[in-house]
Amino acid sequence: MGRTRKPKLAVWKFASCDGCQLSLLDCEDELLDVVGAVEIAYFPEATRVSSRGPYDLSLVEGSITTLDDIRRIATIRKASKRLVTIGACATAGGIQALRNFKDVHEFVAAVYARPDYIDTLDRSLPIAHYVPVDFELRGCPINKYQLLELLSALLAGRRPSFPEHSVCIECKRRGAVCVMVAQGTPCLGPITHAGCGAICPAFARGCYGCYGPMETPNTASLGERWTALGVPPAAQARALRTFNAWAEPFRAAADAAAAAGKDRQP
Amino acid sequence: MKTRVFQREGLQPLLEALAEQFDRIIGPTVRDGAIVLDEIASDADLPAGWTDDQQPGRYRVGWRDDEAVFGFAAGPHAWKRFLAPPDVRIWTVRRDAGRLQFEPGRTVPRRDAFVGVRPCDLAALDILDRVYLQGPYVDPGYQARRQAIGIVAVNCTAPGGTCFCASMGTGPRAGAGFDLALTELVGDGRHEFLAEAGSARGEGWLDKVPSREASADDRAAAARALEEAAGRMGRRLDAEGLGDLLYDHLDHEAWDDVAARCLTCGNCTLVCPTCFCTLVEDRSSLGGESAERWKRWDSCFSREHSYIHGGYLRASGRSRYRQWMTHKLAGWHDQFGTSGCVGCGRCITWCPVGIDITEEARRIRGAEGTPAAERIRS
Ligand code: SF4
Ligand code: SF4
Ligand code: SF4
Repeated sequence: MGRTRKPKLAVWKFASCDGCQLSLLDCEDELLDVVGAVEIAYFPEATRVSSRGPYDLSLVEGSITTLDDIRRIATIRKASKRLVTIGACATAGGIQALRNFKDVHEFVAAVYARPDYIDTLDRSLPIAHYVPVDFELRGCPINKYQLLELLSALLAGRRPSFPEHSVCIECKRRGAVCVMVAQGTPCLGPITHAGCGAICPAFARGCYGCYGPMETPNTASLGERWTALGVPPAAQARALRTFNAWAEPFRAAADAAAAAGKDRQP
Repeated sequence: MKTRVFQREGLQPLLEALAEQFDRIIGPTVRDGAIVLDEIASDADLPAGWTDDQQPGRYRVGWRDDEAVFGFAAGPHAWKRFLAPPDVRIWTVRRDAGRLQFEPGRTVPRRDAFVGVRPCDLAALDILDRVYLQGPYVDPGYQARRQAIGIVAVNCTAPGGTCFCASMGTGPRAGAGFDLALTELVGDGRHEFLAEAGSARGEGWLDKVPSREASADDRAAAARALEEAAGRMGRRLDAEGLGDLLYDHLDHEAWDDVAARCLTCGNCTLVCPTCFCTLVEDRSSLGGESAERWKRWDSCFSREHSYIHGGYLRASGRSRYRQWMTHKLAGWHDQFGTSGCVGCGRCITWCPVGIDITEEARRIRGAEGTPAAERIRS
């Protein structure tokens, strides 16, 4: 390919559980190829080696929750040719974005013995809120095959293939029987972004929405279906407020469901 | 061609005759709460005594009060799964000492015997043939797979709540395109199959099954069962002049109404036995030594499907539903000389929100919708 040097890869962590970065280490069969194709310049989970930027590709895990995070992501952006967020935290704010619906200082006061030691922002926000992002890998956690697709596409100079359609299309491709139609199990698949391969429906579970909203989610129509299946509005709001709670279409739908739930209270 | 009658016990020798000539037998079987299509090892895998209840957006398996083996309607899977599979590797290319070496995907197909093909699905295979084989370009993968199959059709005696093959002229009796067509005769202490051969090899399979000559009474019993079935269709579609009607009403408010309900999830297209849209995806290895080109099922309901340089042709759900329905019921006539719909009812049953193509067509026609109670079983 006439590459003179291997592209430098850096993996960064913000507010997150490390699960997404570990997907890279989980690429057992492909790990040697990855190491052969890129220079791992910064990846504390995997190696103590750390070389300075600039980096060809930065994978960023986690959401921004502190002032220091804001400064750090700006520096990383400057040092990176391409910046790709990995996972629901970095892309949508993560499960910790549930704080965005409440007063975080109340939590801090309730949880920590010395709340004055804690310096945190009011809200947990995605990376793209602060700096431009080149690609976003969805999921909680990400799918390692999508990560490999990202790396091989960037190395080959082609556009990675990340379909933005519903989970249903993956569900049907794999031949799973629709749990919502055949069992009346509420499923978020029709409004959820593809990427996981429809794992949950294939095991007779409804989709939990780990990959966030699909390209054109009709949350209102699915909400009506869930209501017909006997899911009360408050439970619908809870189902939408998980790893992608702060992603706009889920947030708006959950807010609407929560409001409808309150109306219903006697 | 021979027409004979065999007992319920004759199914196993029939399957054994098929097993001699084919790599796999694919047929209906119960899995995950549905009657799906999968590999069949023996007649014990067939759904004897099972049936289904189908309504818009709702499917449940249940028990019949007899032991009929084929007493159910079309299930979630269509046969295209085996003839035009969801994921097909078209080729692989490798770098080899500075040269590119191309290798086609699987070229020798599995020989599959399809058992239990419904008349609507048989009509769907004929439509797929027009699409893949009779246009200006032939799909070699489809052609190879298609030539390698054998077909045991089963006429439909238990239409479901979303079926309307009678409206589309595709069922409940199989016209042509089978090696063998069975009609199950069950009740009054009788459990037999009237078997009509459609090809010389179909006759050959029938010869391996203990059977007797079909009497006039047997034929009459089969005809009666099928006539009754035609009268029990859960749905109706007035196909008369429908294509022009749709073309004339591209701005009808019904499209807005359906768009408000449609999830643009794509389920309807993927369960449809005739929908054939695919996307092409390239994969490359990390080191750049090899690459693969894949063809995968896609849907006109995915936004990307209508992407051209500069944007999406069908950005809204409204335009996507309208595209699907007008293509099915109008565009196919212009393109392939046939309706794209065979009346199997799958898109109605497997739409998570129960959108009903017959009902949407009726709205455009301007007629009042049938009351819900009547819609379930008319
Ligand atoms: S199980 Fe869920 S993801 Fe699968 S087709 Fe049904 S609604 Fe869609
Ligand atoms: S459009 Fe619907 S009813 Fe017609 S063939 Fe396709 S799935 Fe069956
Ligand atoms: S008509 Fe139904 S199955 Fe088809 S895309 Fe719309 S919601 Fe999905």
